Parts: sequence; C-alpha cells; structure tokens
Amino acid sequence: MTVVGAVETWASIGAVAVTAVAGDILTAGAMRRIGDLDLIRERSGMSGAIKAVVGSPMFLLGVCSMAVSFFSLLFTLSVVDVSLAAPASAAITYIGNAFAAKFFLHENVDKRRWISAAFVTAGVALLAK
Amino acid sequence: MKHTLSFQRYLILLAVMLTASVGDTLLSHGMSQVGQVSIHHLGLLLVAMKNPWVIAGITLLIGFFASYLTALSWADLTFVLPSTAFGYVVVALLAKFWQHETISLTRWLGILLIVCGVGFVANGPSLTEHPAKPSERELEKA
Repeated sequence: MTVVGAVETWASIGAVAVTAVAGDILTAGAMRRIGDLDLIRERSGMSGAIKAVVGSPMFLLGVCSMAVSFFSLLFTLSVVDVSLAAPASAAITYIGNAFAAKFFLHENVDKRRWISAAFVTAGVALLAK
Repeated sequence: MKHTLSFQRYLILLAVMLTASVGDTLLSHGMSQVGQVSIHHLGLLLVAMKNPWVIAGITLLIGFFASYLTALSWADLTFVLPSTAFGYVVVALLAKFWQHETISLTRWLGILLIVCGVGFVANGPSLTEHPAKPSERELEKA
C-alpha cells in the first residue's frame, strides 16, 4: 500500500518517532516533578491528582507533542504499510527514549536497560517481517 | 534502595500493555476504512474521528494514557516503556490462538526477544534515586 517514495516514508516515520520521544520525555519529566500520584491521591483525592497533572505546563507541552505524533501516525498509516510504519516508528521511539531519558531525565540507564532497549527494538523490527 | 513494585502496580503495567496494543489495532482497522489521507486533504483526519473503530481505539488509548501517567509517577520511563512493547506479544498470541493466524518463525523470534527485553528490566529497580519531591517531603513531615 506504500504510495510515497523512500525519503517521504522515512521522513514521516521519523516525524512520528521524534514527536513521540519529545512527548514521552516531557510527560515523564512532568510526572517526576509532580511526584507519586498514589500519594497525592491519598492526600487530595482524585480531583487533586487530576489538578496536579493538568496544571503542569510541562505535561501540557508533552500532550501537545503526543497529539502531533498521533496525527503524524494517522497520516503515515494512510500512505505507508502499517506493517512497516507501526513497528519502525515504535522501534526508533524505544531507542530514542533510552537516549533521551539518560540525557534529559538523568535516569540510570544501566547495561540491563540498554540491553532491554536493544532486544525490544530488534523484537519489534522482527515482528514486522 | 531497590525499588520493587506491589501487585497493584504490576496490574497498572498490565493495563498499560493491553490498552496500548489493542487500541492501536482498532485505530489501524478504522484508518483502513477511512482511506488514504493526502497532505492536501488533511481534513479527512477529522472525518476519521467519526469512525466507530477509531473512536473505540481512542477510548482505549485514553485508558492507556491514564495508566501510563500513573506508572510514570512511580517508575522510570525506561522501566515503563518495555511494558508497552509486551503488548505486541499479546496481540501476536491472540492472533495465533484466537484468530488462528499463522505466525512465522521470524515473528516467534521477535516475540522471544521482546519477552527477554521486558524480563531484563522487570527484574531490576523501577526507579532511579533522586532527591525527595516536594509532595513526598510534605507527607514525610506530616
């Protein structure tokens, strides 16, 4: 079903992945700043937890990035085979997130997590075959 | 300190992996009914929002987002993300045993790699140690 050239195909898949990584990093960063939602819910109830989340500008920016990624995915699915678009964008997103989590969120991405990211990326790529 | 998860938190991760994979599958089915979206007719994306399969997919993805945010509030991004990949395994197994689809050796290998990848992080700590957050400090004082 792919109806565009290789450059357009990979540009649209890349756009999905980059905006997805930006969305994941921004929302994860926001949730880290907000703190454990279970603790907040115990103290302020569900409305307090929702207010804490939607009141975070970083979270809202992350949601905007995810929305752009979602519409990019819809566009990509309409011009590129789903068996290529979905796993390829997911695989690039997993590796991109591991790098971005280490550098922007300062997560301890140790050997175990790098191996996990590599295994998941390879596994997702093989599922597309 | 090693962060391990309670049974309830593993259930949240289960919700993350199931809602994401099934939601994506429904969205893909819906978009195949809507048809090709060109760069000159992006308005068709809004038409897609009226498709029942797309609506069902979006509903599940909202459930995914709620459970995903909850998980991110007590675990690292690089711990939570492999759980979403495990959803691909669930979909492949459903296709095999429910829809009786044939799964190639390459796909079984892919499934095995994802299971190993998820197993690597599932055994490790879920959260990187950082200074206590304001909400936690207040709670400790109380």
